[in-house]
Amino acid sequence: MANVTIRSLNKNYENGFHAVKDVNLEIRDKEFVVLVGPSGCGKTTTLRMVAGLEEITSGQILIGENVVNDLPPMDRNIAMVFQNYALYPHKSVYQNMAFGLQMRKYPKEEIDERVREAAEILGIQPLLERKPRQLSGGQRQRVAVGRAIVRHPEVFLFDEPLSNLDAQLRVQMRVELKRLHERLETTAIYVTHDQVEAMTLGDRVVVMKDGWVQQVGEPLELYGKPANRFVAGFIGSPSMNFVDVTISEAGGALWAEAQALRLSVPAQHQERARAYLGSHLTLGVRPEALTLASGAEPAGCCFDTSVDVVEPLGNEILLNFRAGGTPMVARVDPAVRVKARENIRIAVDPARVHFFDEKSGAAI
Amino acid sequence: MVIERKWKKWLMFYIPMAVFIVFTLFPFYWMAVTALRPDGELYRTFRQANATPFWTLEPTLEHFKGLLQTTAFPKWLWNTMLIAIVSTIISLICGMFAGYALARLKFKGSEFLGTIIFITYLVPQTLLFIPLADIIRNMQLGNTPWALMLTYPTFLIPFCTWLLMGYFKTIPKELEECARIDGATRFGAMIRIIFPVAVPGILSAGIFAFTLSWNEFIYALIFMSSAELKTVPVGVVSELIRGDIFFWGQLMAGALLGSIPVALVYSFFVEYYVTGLTGSVKG
Repeated sequence: MANVTIRSLNKNYENGFHAVKDVNLEIRDKEFVVLVGPSGCGKTTTLRMVAGLEEITSGQILIGENVVNDLPPMDRNIAMVFQNYALYPHKSVYQNMAFGLQMRKYPKEEIDERVREAAEILGIQPLLERKPRQLSGGQRQRVAVGRAIVRHPEVFLFDEPLSNLDAQLRVQMRVELKRLHERLETTAIYVTHDQVEAMTLGDRVVVMKDGWVQQVGEPLELYGKPANRFVAGFIGSPSMNFVDVTISEAGGALWAEAQALRLSVPAQHQERARAYLGSHLTLGVRPEALTLASGAEPAGCCFDTSVDVVEPLGNEILLNFRAGGTPMVARVDPAVRVKARENIRIAVDPARVHFFDEKSGAAI
Repeated sequence: MVIERKWKKWLMFYIPMAVFIVFTLFPFYWMAVTALRPDGELYRTFRQANATPFWTLEPTLEHFKGLLQTTAFPKWLWNTMLIAIVSTIISLICGMFAGYALARLKFKGSEFLGTIIFITYLVPQTLLFIPLADIIRNMQLGNTPWALMLTYPTFLIPFCTWLLMGYFKTIPKELEECARIDGATRFGAMIRIIFPVAVPGILSAGIFAFTLSWNEFIYALIFMSSAELKTVPVGVVSELIRGDIFFWGQLMAGALLGSIPVALVYSFFVEYYVTGLTGSVKG
């Protein structure tokens, strides 16, 4: 059990690529932290530096109270699960799981006890004598997790462990991993590019892009209060709608205007938006904050458009249309009956409108 | 593909295949027939009545008997075996470490080093034997098995290194990273994980190296002078061709016996050998 502290961590590759830029992170004991971002954002490099598989260019990594910068992977008391499972193909499942303990010279009885305990937790007792090539993808993944948990490490590291599984199995393993973490109560750092995995698994989620940490927060915090346009667009599916608007003043109130779109700036944004009077902002609104107008909405919260495509998903309907010169998506109640090319009036929930600086992308 | 005319399959597949097999195996058959043919049949013209150029009517083992009794053939076989095994082991060990280093360790000039090693493999033996002969003489190793055990690796090590480097590159890096997290040192991970996984590759490198040193001719001809110490390829040629007299029966008997160990080695490891050449196990 330990917390992991990352201080001003940087990684420069020899070819000059600056993969990780000044990352600071405090991971509490027993916490499940997910690093998420598009490929090449530095999340895996960060994880590999924690594991000791990648040299640290500058900065510090602490596990518990110890600076581990110069410790080899074997001395960090961590366990890692890899995307391609990395099972030793010439060893049986049992030997795979026992290897780490054998290397650390545990007595035979204890190895046996721990392997069987882990196998029971993961439901792989019948597979212990098999070779990895005789296992399905999901079983291999379980063995890889089992190999990590037999060691009772201080920190678990997961590098996209579910990416090689098919969609259904991925959902199932996701739930199992979460259950496992609640049972084992061990600090875990999990890397994924899948924002759904990040949101469902993480106690806290770290969003990265181009080597920078964009935002750290609990899943709902990221969703509800994204720090910038990138986080707003990355978290959530379908992603947030963005429209470039001009801020103007009329009748003592501020208005956000774009082509064929005129919305009043909600009260909570009035003050900060005033600084942008006459210039541009990016307005962001999630698909579920858009509804079909009932007619009772106040003026300045609605706009007219016509539907391009209707996507009925069963539990919801996605309406695709254009507004303010850009394509937008609304997620509406499945009871709604709308056809393509029909003219509709969309209402915007003023409490769920975001504004972002056009240049820096930061939320205002 | 499924619905295909039968004659087409014969024309495109079976007939070319049969031609190929005949072409490949005929020399071996000729070798075997010649070894079994009595001298009387060997040295007569084709135009003679009852001539049977493609088979023999009175098979005999006298050439084998002569080979084993009048020449030092058993000794040659033993020499060849010993030299091939020792030089294969030396080359495999060096090749495994060098191949691993070139495939996995990132150090300055590693690619350059790899290329250099490859280039040394391309230097023809017919050139290389001149400086090597000088070295062998200076070290007073001439006419001892060591002369060959130490010179064969000059072409076997580059070969093994390159074959194994390619093989090691196909093994996922995560395997040894995982081993290192599991508590192994880099060296330990190499010995305990990478080498066992690479067994097919190591075996095929070994088979190749064994065959190359078994059949090697030039160095064996130059560095070994006494009849007792010769290897099979050199012994057979130098002792059974006297002036312009070819002892065809014994020559072919020697060639036949000499190729048996190689054939055995191949047949034992043929499965590994194929996987060794086609890549490693998947995740």
